[in-house]
Amino acid sequence: MSADVELDHVTIRFGEFTAVKDANLKIEDGEFFSFLGPSGCGKTTILRAVSGFLEPSDGEVRIGGKNMRGIGPNKRPTALIFQNLALFPLMSVADNIAFGLEVRGVGKAERRKRADELLDLIALDGQGDKKVGELSGGQKQRVAIARALAVEPKVLLLDEPLSALDLKLRQHMRTELRAIQQRVGITFIYITHDQGEALTMSDRIAVMSQGVVQQIGTGSEVYENSQTAFVASFVGENNPFTGKVAAVDGQHALIDTSFGRLRGRNLRGLSAGSEAMLFVRPESLGLVNGQGAADNVIESTVLHSEFEGSFFSVFLRGDGGKDIVMSMTNSGNLPEFHEGAAARVGFRADRAVVLPVGEVADE
Amino acid sequence: MTGFFQRNGIAISTYLILAVVFWVVLMIVLPQAYMLDFSFRNNLPPAKIGGPEDVYTLSNYRYLVFGSPGSADAFNYLHLQVFLRTIIASIFVTLIDFALCYPIAYYIAQVAKGGFARSMILLLILPFWVNEILRAFSFRILFGTSGVINAVLQSLGIVDQPIDFLRADVALYAGLSYAYILLMVFPLYNAIESLDHNQIEAARDLGSPWWRIHWRVVMPHAKPGIASGCTLVFMLSAGALAAPQILGGPSSLWFTQIIYRWFNTGGNWPQGAAYAIVLLLACLVFVLAVMRLFKISLGEIAR
Repeated sequence: MSADVELDHVTIRFGEFTAVKDANLKIEDGEFFSFLGPSGCGKTTILRAVSGFLEPSDGEVRIGGKNMRGIGPNKRPTALIFQNLALFPLMSVADNIAFGLEVRGVGKAERRKRADELLDLIALDGQGDKKVGELSGGQKQRVAIARALAVEPKVLLLDEPLSALDLKLRQHMRTELRAIQQRVGITFIYITHDQGEALTMSDRIAVMSQGVVQQIGTGSEVYENSQTAFVASFVGENNPFTGKVAAVDGQHALIDTSFGRLRGRNLRGLSAGSEAMLFVRPESLGLVNGQGAADNVIESTVLHSEFEGSFFSVFLRGDGGKDIVMSMTNSGNLPEFHEGAAARVGFRADRAVVLPVGEVADE
Repeated sequence: MTGFFQRNGIAISTYLILAVVFWVVLMIVLPQAYMLDFSFRNNLPPAKIGGPEDVYTLSNYRYLVFGSPGSADAFNYLHLQVFLRTIIASIFVTLIDFALCYPIAYYIAQVAKGGFARSMILLLILPFWVNEILRAFSFRILFGTSGVINAVLQSLGIVDQPIDFLRADVALYAGLSYAYILLMVFPLYNAIESLDHNQIEAARDLGSPWWRIHWRVVMPHAKPGIASGCTLVFMLSAGALAAPQILGGPSSLWFTQIIYRWFNTGGNWPQGAAYAIVLLLACLVFVLAVMRLFKISLGEIAR
């Protein structure tokens, strides 16, 4: 039923502009795979190349081992869910869902039966005769999914389908999408700029920037072991420190920054003398009292703090224009942070990564 | 009503109301009411108007259906035939224009991008700066027996004898279709342009062949535009005078030409008015029936 999707050195150019540079990856059968990146990074272009709306300039898209070049979107075993859903407003909900079957010459009664089954699947049973306009945002979302599933695609492609929903519904639909994927068991390829969506739903994530796939891995791999400065700064929050590698010590690298020598995991095997960036996450920072035995200690001053309910963000004067953010769990006995007060914060070397200098995602 | 005045101010509100009243009463209702009145009167010399013979009569309408009382035929075959042919030919012209304009409008609205679409629209509009009479006569030159098309066909050896396009009404259909092409293109373009392109792609992605995308997605969406384009072209074709006069073959008469003769050479205004009223009503009934058939409301046409 399902099928793997391979991008074999896919490059897509629009005139002078290269939208996707040499994407080379394999999405497994039945996997929930996300492309994560800021707008304009080429993720939608990849999706359109898989669905058949455009052909790669170089390289091959293979679905189930079969080269898809020259096969139009109406002949591919894929179904696409559009960002704005693109439901047909003049057809009933059931007709929308059954459109793909109508195209395939399935009889009216059979179509209606399949539509009703799918309405059951998306928990909208009995609403087939409604107009699309009578549905709520979340219901439309589910109808779009049902319409795509009706043609029994081997691969379901989703182009930021949750971006139009409000926060609560978006979080609910994440769970729902994941559940639907597990029920139908087909390959899902999901496009998003929202790392929360990518991290919560995906088996694996490809992080993209400027047409280049920066890193592919599970959510925790991408988050914990970011391989490039872009991934480290785009996925989750991160505090960068720029400097030069002073020495390499086993798995660690020591880097000289404006805050002194800092130690982190040398994930990319940098050697002494190279320009580097150290990233440490806000939740990995903590206050150091007295002569604490932290691997790394930073002396700074408090700028301000923000109470966010379950945790507390403290902004410290950082290197250059960027503040250092430290987040602390609201344990009920946090010290007070006064503006201008001196602060000593520290972090374990294992919680920081040292990466080659590169493009940093802007907030 | 007070809300209307409050919203727009006294001056603008008064202007708007007067303008609409002026437009509706003076430009539409009054002249047509006069024509209606005319159509039920006898054709009398000025001296007898207001006299004992100036009474309402159905004779003008009776003439269109049954002919003059003294004629041998039971019906006025000639005029009824012309009437029917005018309606059918106008339907044809409408269909030709729709067939020509739908792909163009679709292309400009959904396929072509930016500057190219704009220059295509400009290319469509520019020829209409040339006046109607000139356009009609230039079509005569194009389609005449010694015209451009025949010259090309003959020099290519496709035909030996020139084809009489005028007699075959080819020139008439071409001229009429061309005359009202913009009135078809623009409503279609407007309607198709407002369709979300993703819907077309969604239909395609779900496996739909191109013709079904048009049948199930584009045309239903564009229905109001199709209706308003077809109505305009049909009404104006049926009421056209210059093109049939100039491009029609010797044997083909357009109903408007008969009306014109009653008014002009015949000097029989009541008779002409009756014929014109019949044409108007027939067109209205036909258009309303077609709209009923395709479940379109008048409000949608104005969208």
